Formats: sequence, structure tokens, C-alpha cells
Amino acid sequence: MHEVAPVLQDFPLLFLIPLLPLLGAVWNAVMGARMQRRFGNAAVHVPAILFPAGSFVISLWSFITLAGAPHGTSMYNYLWAWLPIGNLQADVAFLMDRLSGVMALVVTFVGTLIHVYSTGYMKDEPAYWRFFAYLNLFMFAMLVLVLGDNFLLMFVGWEGVGLCSYLLISFWWREREKAVAGMKAFVVNRVGDLGFSLGVFLLFWGLMTTPASPPASNHGQVDAHGAAVAAHGEEAPALGTSVAFREVEQILQDPVKRTRIVDRNVLGIGLITLVCLLLFVGATGKSAQIPLYTWLPDAMAGPTPVSALIHAATMVTAGVYMVARLHFLFTLSPAAMTVVATVGALTALFAASIGLFQNDIKKVLAYSTVSQLGFMFVAVGVGAYWVGIFHLMTHAFFKACLFLGSGSVIMGCHHEQDMRKMGGLKKLMPITAATYFVSCAAIAGFPFFSGFFSKDEILWKAFNSGNILLPGGGLILWVIAAVAALGTSFYMFRSYYMTFSGEYRGAASHGHDVVAKADGAHGAHDDPHSTDAHAAHGAHADPHSDPHAADVSGHDAHGGHGHLPVESPWAMTSVLAVLGFLALAGGYVGLPLLWGLPNVFEAWLEPVFASTADRVTSAGFGHGVEWALMGFSIIVAFGGFFAARVLYKDGRSPIPARLIASESALVQGTHRVIFNKYYVDEAYGFVFVKGSLVLSRALALWDSRVIDGLVNLAGTIGRAFSFLQGAIDRLFVDGLVELVGNVIQAAGTRMRRVQTGRIQAYVQGMALGALALVALAYLLAW
Amino acid sequence: MTDPIVSAMVFYALAAFTLVAAGFVALSGNIVHSAFALFATLFGVAGLYAYLSADLLAVVQMLVYVGGISVLVLFAVMLTSGLDGPLTSNPTFRLGGGIVLMLAVAAAAFVAATAVPSGVESAAVPTTAAIGDALLGAYVLPFEVVSVVLLAALVGAVTLARGYKGGHR
Amino acid sequence: MTIGLPQYLVVSGVLLALGLFAIVTRKNAVAILMGVELVLNAGLLNLVAFSRFGGGLDGQVFALFGIVLAAAEAVVALAIVLQVFRARRSVDASKACELKE
Repeated sequence: MHEVAPVLQDFPLLFLIPLLPLLGAVWNAVMGARMQRRFGNAAVHVPAILFPAGSFVISLWSFITLAGAPHGTSMYNYLWAWLPIGNLQADVAFLMDRLSGVMALVVTFVGTLIHVYSTGYMKDEPAYWRFFAYLNLFMFAMLVLVLGDNFLLMFVGWEGVGLCSYLLISFWWREREKAVAGMKAFVVNRVGDLGFSLGVFLLFWGLMTTPASPPASNHGQVDAHGAAVAAHGEEAPALGTSVAFREVEQILQDPVKRTRIVDRNVLGIGLITLVCLLLFVGATGKSAQIPLYTWLPDAMAGPTPVSALIHAATMVTAGVYMVARLHFLFTLSPAAMTVVATVGALTALFAASIGLFQNDIKKVLAYSTVSQLGFMFVAVGVGAYWVGIFHLMTHAFFKACLFLGSGSVIMGCHHEQDMRKMGGLKKLMPITAATYFVSCAAIAGFPFFSGFFSKDEILWKAFNSGNILLPGGGLILWVIAAVAALGTSFYMFRSYYMTFSGEYRGAASHGHDVVAKADGAHGAHDDPHSTDAHAAHGAHADPHSDPHAADVSGHDAHGGHGHLPVESPWAMTSVLAVLGFLALAGGYVGLPLLWGLPNVFEAWLEPVFASTADRVTSAGFGHGVEWALMGFSIIVAFGGFFAARVLYKDGRSPIPARLIASESALVQGTHRVIFNKYYVDEAYGFVFVKGSLVLSRALALWDSRVIDGLVNLAGTIGRAFSFLQGAIDRLFVDGLVELVGNVIQAAGTRMRRVQTGRIQAYVQGMALGALALVALAYLLAW
Repeated sequence: MTDPIVSAMVFYALAAFTLVAAGFVALSGNIVHSAFALFATLFGVAGLYAYLSADLLAVVQMLVYVGGISVLVLFAVMLTSGLDGPLTSNPTFRLGGGIVLMLAVAAAAFVAATAVPSGVESAAVPTTAAIGDALLGAYVLPFEVVSVVLLAALVGAVTLARGYKGGHR
Repeated sequence: MTIGLPQYLVVSGVLLALGLFAIVTRKNAVAILMGVELVLNAGLLNLVAFSRFGGGLDGQVFALFGIVLAAAEAVVALAIVLQVFRARRSVDASKACELKE
């Protein structure tokens, strides 16, 4: 087939990796309800855990086989020819190379753990079976996304994870906010998906319509349908007609062919740049980057294990994975890479700044996720693909741990998510607290924790990048990212101290605070500290739909017998312990080369990105600079930590400014503390009331601008279109006097209100649009 | 071999029959007339299939479409239209747009169709055996999937048509 | 005059146009369904014609699948129409526009 083809080693069990979770999903979808009723929860979760665990075992097996194989080998499993249409050839085939191997391992491992955790977290859920069916379905879709060997299969997984995300965010769909949050995620993702599909189409079109000067390689995966091959036998051979990643990569590796496709322009932009930008639009949707990040904080309405699995560890990293997977495209376009890195850096800073002021523990983590994804995009944007994937992996560990820890806390606190009503949990939930602290240290980038290695490497690569077209090169990226890292450290430890240190502030049992707290429990909807306009509602809505939860908060409100939080069951804490350990130790596979130690991770991924390595340039800073930057990262991490510690440790400082500003000052009583409090209070008063209000207004404005802008844009387009349609109508029926009035009226009506609710009007619009496209194609071909 | 003139006349007769019937489907103001015209249209299309020497398809068209779907449509007509006025049972609206759309589509189809080269007619051989082979060979997966789709449609239709027993959900 | 591919394509094009007309202008949901059937038949006729004029057997197989799916589609659509009729005592599609604006 190809003389330089990477070696494909047949691994016939590869298809089982996605298939097993699918079987689990089908099993629980069909039998789950009955099994749960008759045999209890175990009958649901045992198969639901075993199937993903099975795919983890097979992934591991394949991964080990891969490790034993020579460089450049990929595990490959061809199933069937999926879409042999004309020149298009898409197969259902799975490919595990070193990149997708890492991803598959992370997904199956973290996924399985979260399944285990869910058995504890969801144990009182009536629709237990439905939850596990969805989770398994998600695993299936994610693994198809990761292991699919071509664009179309990846797209199937891409849409599949979107669907599961939607299903799981609105898992408690009886509550309106949650249903709405699910829909929001779905719609925002659609915008990104459109970009993704357009990018794929454009790439395919570009490859197919660019004639290759040397005879194109005759790819004949399946020639069973000889007719299709014969039909285009006489035309000049195109660059390629494949949508498989490795084949496109090979085409682009050929210098002659590469020049031909790189030189092509569409609409005045380089074809490859446009393709990359469109694909990146898809990535911004899936991975919650500016401007499409808005759905992710709302997605916290879903059950916490879902937030951990889908909205932190796996699905949202799909965009990063996609960019890394398509490194052979992105490295061809410095402009696109600059956009990726810049958007990533801005998102990192932006989300980190929002995270500073959140009081809902899950919202903090949500914004933190957005921010960390931004870091990953910085890495892949500067061409440091292995670093991006490295951070993806360490992030999967520590962020999953953080989310699951927050789930444990939320469960312990009777479904309270507001950190101001937590506190003191270190004594009550020691395992949760310890793992949470370790993960905080990891995400903040404490030396020798996993996040340190990956994040520091990102900062260094950004600083040292020679691919960035911005003035100042990577320096500006580095500055933004470093500030974001400082914010990260601060708000993560803020959340830790608010939650775990000091006294428990939840089911208050002491004196006059009760009224204020009960008031807070209900009145937090108009919380001025909440910078996200949508945040407050979700925050206090009970994550469970079970009736007794409402009961509990009722007790709390009366300041009654508040049972103290207790540590979660072992199913949850053991998972936390495993993830906490990985948050600590997961980084040792990627030790910095600077230390003279072997970097296993980079070496492992090196063959994947070898073909484009020469196109990623560095600015050539030396070791001295790298040491200095590393030192600076450590200072940043500890700076954020100490700031948070001073301000939030033990709840001495008056953080919940609105609630307890003067009261807690009286209660605590010492001048020093009062002074300290007042000092911080002033600072906070300024930052919150002025700064944060301004900020939140700005953000709200931004939100409404973005969303409204999109809606208005759609409306304007629709209007323009109906105007066109009306014009066409009038032109055609010029002679038909009787119809003129009718048509103009119809066009006018439609111009006023495009959305008539009449499906036939939509059909008509669609048909006319298709006709217009046909006419356009006809005219262009002429 | 038949006389080409006769052959062409048969084709035009079939085509005219099909299109006139289709015109009734689209234009008649009486839903019952439309339904019977649909019957005739589908019959005409089956004739065209036969003329294209797609013998199996012609038979399937007769069985599934003419025998099945038409009857289904007739049932739907009877079940949904009141007995009071079949003559006004098929009203129209937005006629202007519809006419424009129809003319535009027909024009586009005409332009596109006449630009297509005539093609080489393959030999008229029975296709049933070959299609059978294809269904259980190259197309076995779609074949099985379509059976699942049919089953799902069947169950779905029963569920939908039966309605919900009690309660709001 | 020989009958070639263009003749079939014209026939199917007119079928398509008539079907679209029915879909767009009819108020009765059952009549809309009839229009859908016309459009489907137009498409299938195309497939069979192409298959006859140099396309191999694939077109016919595909048309066969098309017929099967059309049957499924018709069954489900008519069931929906029945439900709509039950709920609203009418199958007037022009009035079923609660989702406007």
C-alpha cells in the first residue's frame, strides 16, 4: 500500500474496548430497571463496573503489546468497510497507537474508578440503573472517539459523548434548571460540532480536489465494489481520498503533496489554516474554551461523578486529544497554532479569575477545569503535544480526585454545595480531606506533585516556543499562563481551607447565627459573590431528587438537630485514595529533562509526533532560563497557597463578607483578628463589591453578548435568507398577478417571524436552500 | 427484441400514468381521491421498475408500497377525517410558495437530468438471485440492521398508536 | 427514440417536485405523508435508473432498503398522525404550530 506505512499490527480484540461498555449500557438499559427492583443495586452496578473494567484490562493488554512492539507500530483492528461511497472510503476500524493508548488507559481506568465511586454516591437514587446505563454508554462513545482510526468514526464518538453529557447533566430532569443546563450544554456543543464537521468536510474536499502531480498511491482497503473505483479511473489522481488519520498524515508527509495542499487557499485563507480553525471551533465547544465555555459551569447540575468523569477527566479533554491527534495538520499552520495557544492562555486566565470568587465548591472546580483545559491548549498550541497529553493525564487524576472529593463532601454535608456552610471537615472526613489536599497541591503545582511536572513544562514550552506569531513570541503566553497558575493555586487552596479547616458551619447549632445561616440557605440565590449569573440556582438545588434530601435542608434551616458530616463509604474513599495517590505520583512518568532524569512519557509519545517534530521550533533559551522559570513556578504555587492560607485558614478571616462581616468580628473578639479581618474585609469589599461586581457585570455582559450575539446572528441570517427567498419568490411569479400579493404577504410574514412553528415552512426553506446550493454548484462548475 | 418505438411508447405511457396520478396526489382537493391516486402512482412506479428490468423491485414495490403502505394511508385517512366533508378534507395553504418551489425543483431537475449522458443500458437479466446474494453477502450488515429498524418501528408504532394507559406520562 | 437515463431522471424530478408541493402546501397531515411517499419514490426511481444504466446492482439493493425504510417511516408517521388526531381532534398541520417564535 504505502512504502512508508507505519506498521499496523493486528490486534483483533481492540474492538472489545469500546464494545464492552456498550454491552453494559444495553444490558442496564434493557434489564436494569427490573434487576434493580428485584435484586437491588448490586445487580445493576456489578455488570456496569465489570464491563468497563474489562475494557481497561484489554486496553492494558494492548498497551503492553504496544510497548513491546518496535517504534512506529500501532495496534489495529479492522472491522468492516463502513462508508465506501464514491471516492470516500471510511472504515470501522480501531487504532491504538501510543497516543490513543494513553488516552484509552486514562479513560478506562478513571472511568472504572468513577463507576465504583458512583455505587456509593448514587446509592439512594431510584433510577440507579439509568445512571449506570448512561455512564457505560458514555464510556463507549469516548472510547470510539479515542480509538477510531478516521475522522468520521471520531466524529461518531464526538457526538456520542455530547449526547451522553446531555443525558447525564439533565439526569435529574424533573428539576428545571438541570434540564435547562443539559440543553445548554447540548446546544453550545452543537455550535462546536458544526465547526468540527465543516473542518472535516473541508479537509476531505481539499484532499480530493487537489491533484497530485505524482501518481497517487492506490489505496484499496476494500475493492469489493469495483464499480466505485472504475467510475473515477480516468480523472487526474487526487492527493487522497481517505479520512483515516494515518493515511492523511502520510499524504502530508510527502513534501511534494504537502506543498500542494499547503499552497491552496480558500476564501483568501490557507486551506489548512481554515481546516484547523474549524476543527478548533469544535474543540472549543467540547473542551469549554472561549467563547464556548459557558456550558461547563452549568453542567455541574449533573451528579458529581458525572462532573468528575465527563466534565473534568475525559470528555472535555477530547478537544485537546483531537488537536494532538491532528498534529500533522496543526503544525502546518502557524496561524492556527497561535490561535489555539492564545485562546488557551486567555481561557486559562479568564476562568481562573472567575474561580477566585465562587462559593459553590463544584463551580470552583468547574472553572478550574476550564482553566486547566486552557493550559492544555497552550501546550498543544505551541506544538508541545506530549506535554498537553501529559497534563491531560495528570489533570484527569487530580481533577477527578477533586471532584470526587467534593462529591464526598457534598454528600457528607447533606447535599450542601456552598463552601461557606462547610468548614472543619478535616476532622470529620479525614480521607477526603487528605486526598483533596494532595490534589490541590498537584493542581497548584507544588514541587514533586504530578501537576508540577506537567504545568511547569507547559509554562516552559510556552516561553520557549518559536512557533507563536504573537509579538513577543511565547513570552506573552507565559505571562498570562503564569498569572493563571497563581490564581489556580489561590482558589484551589481557598476551596480547601473553606471546606476543611476551622469549624463546621453547616447545620449550625450555636445561637444567633442560626437565623442568618438559615437565611443564607435560602437567600443565596441573589448572592452577589457569584460571578456566574447562572450559578446560584444550581448551587442550592438539591443534587438528589429523593424526597428526604429536602427534609434535611428543612432541618438545617431550623437550625435543628444538624447531624455532623460523616466520612463517605469505602467505595468512595478507596477511589479517592487511589486517585489521590496518582495525583501525587502520576507525574513521575514525565520528569523534566532538565533534572537529567529519564522522561518516560515524552519518550513514549515521541514516535507519534516524530513526523512533525521538525516543524515545531523553539526560541532557544538555555537551561539557565528554564531553571529560573521553574523556580518562578514554585514561587507562584506557594504564593497562591500562602495567600489562601492566610485568608481562609480556619475561617478566621471574614470571607463570607455579606453574611458575617460584623458578627463574626464580635464573636471572635481579638483586636488583631478584628484588624486583620477588617483589613481583608476592606480588601475584599473592594475586590468583591467593586471589582467583582464590575467583573461579574462585565462577565454577565460578555455572556449575554456571546449568547445573544449568536441568537441575533442566527436571526439576522434567517432574515437575510428569507429576504432572499422573498426576492426569488417575487421574481418567479412576476407574471402571476394573483399570486404576487399572496407571496409578498407570505414573505413578509416570514421576514417578521422566521420561526412560524409550521414544519412545512421549514421544509420549504430547506428545499429552497438545497436548490440554491445546487444552482450555485452548477454555476461554479460552469 | 421489441420494436424501439413500441418500447418508447410503453415507457411514455407508464411515465404519463405515474405523473398524472402523482399530480392528483399533489393537487386534488379531496383526500380520498389523493389516497387512491397515490395507489395509482405507486403502481406506475412499479411499472417503471419493471420496465427497468428490476423485476424483484417491481414486485417488492407492489407488495410493500401498493399492498401495504397505500392501505395504511387509506386507513389513516378514514381514521382521521370526519365523515362530514371529504370534499373539503384536503385544504391547502401557502400555495404561492408551493408553486414556486415546485416549478423551481422541476426546472432544476430538468436541467440536471438533460445534462446527464444517456448511459449504457445493461442487459436485462433477472436480478432476484443477484440481489439475494448481495443481501446475504456484501450487504449482510445493513440487512440485519434494517431488520432491527423494522422491529423498532413496529414496536414504536404500536406504542404510539395505542396511546398511554392512564396518567399523564 | 430510445429511452435513456435522462427520461427517467425527468420523470423522477417531476415526481419530486409534485411531492414537495404536496408537502409544503397541504394542511392535512396525511396528505403531507403522501407527498413524502412521492419524494421517496422519486429518489428510489433515480437509484434504480442509475443502477440500470451502468451502475451495477448496488442501486437496486439500496432501493430495496429504501422501500423497507419507507415502510417503517410510514408506519411510525401514521401512528404519530393518529396520536395527533387523538390529542387535537384534527390533523391540520397548519394549526399545529405551538413551537412558533
